[in-house]
Amino acid sequence: MIFFELFYTFFLIGLFTFGGGYAMIPMIQEQVVSKGWISESNLTDFIAVSEATPGPFAINISTFVGNSVGGTFGAICATIGVILPSIIVILIIAMIMKKFMKNKYVQGALNGVRPIVLALILSTALMLLIKVIFLKGNSFNGEWEFDIRSFALLIILSGMLFIYKKVRKKSLGAIKLLGLSALLGIIIFTV
Amino acid sequence: MKIGVFTFGGGYAMIPIIEEEVTKKRKWISEIEIMDILAISESTPGPIAVNTATYVGYKVAGVTGGIIATIGLAIPSFAIIFVISFFYQDFMKWPVIAAMFKGLKVGVIILLFSAVIRLKKGVKVNFISVLLFVIALSLMLVFSFIDTGFKYLSLSLILLGIITGIVLTLIANKKERKE
Repeated sequence: MIFFELFYTFFLIGLFTFGGGYAMIPMIQEQVVSKGWISESNLTDFIAVSEATPGPFAINISTFVGNSVGGTFGAICATIGVILPSIIVILIIAMIMKKFMKNKYVQGALNGVRPIVLALILSTALMLLIKVIFLKGNSFNGEWEFDIRSFALLIILSGMLFIYKKVRKKSLGAIKLLGLSALLGIIIFTV
Repeated sequence: MKIGVFTFGGGYAMIPIIEEEVTKKRKWISEIEIMDILAISESTPGPIAVNTATYVGYKVAGVTGGIIATIGLAIPSFAIIFVISFFYQDFMKWPVIAAMFKGLKVGVIILLFSAVIRLKKGVKVNFISVLLFVIALSLMLVFSFIDTGFKYLSLSLILLGIITGIVLTLIANKKERKE
């Protein structure tokens, strides 16, 4: 049955993907492209759309493939399939961690891991900055090209936030900031 | 109630928003805990965003909380992609949509940087932690420019942090015993 097959395939993908959504692409090529559910070129196009829209890549791709193969219910099956392994594994780990949080070695391990996590987030920010402002297209192998409009937007937004912080004595909320950046984006990039 | 927190979560955008909503506004979880959750999410199977949502949900409201938070995270992207999938080939050709997403990306960059600044408070500054930070950051940047085909760099870095932390605790234990 196609619905069960969708669920099962994406369950496997969810279970065996470590790290971010893009680590999933080889698995998707192996499991989904080979079944003829999505063509290689459609997958490449979809990665671009997914990159530009909100939401984790994993959920985006499973919804998209599920919908094109099995309609609405197919999309639901595939999406539940991809998130279920995370729910199960994380709930078990969270319960275990709760017991061992005070353990000296667990605390030691967490102390070691925190600077790494901070570096991972900072590197994501830096790589995104380089991609958006200095690179043509989305690949690091692509041509270099300085995007003056994105750079201008970055400066304008940072300036506005700085002033807001000075005047209101608190920083602008994340959702409001994103709304503002979308609005300014429309103004700057369509003019 | 809980779902509202995650309405615009996702991808890169997700970490700073969760961090702001959950630690700063609602004080459900401390800055230190959120880093631990991120590390665990990275080193367990499944997409980071989904893992983080489940973990935060569990911390705040138990098993049900974990499940509801994850579903809450999935619904917005599910809905958006569901709509887009009907006409996605033309989607990015609309100049307004493309411009809006370009703007959003710049917003996300600013959010990520401010999250780093806030989360920095949770890290004890000493020789080892600065060293780990520098190693991880430089490897991440170098690897993104040189395509080595190695896909588990962030996972390996997390493991490096865990091992270093445990070894340091072992050393500290030995010292204590001697004294």
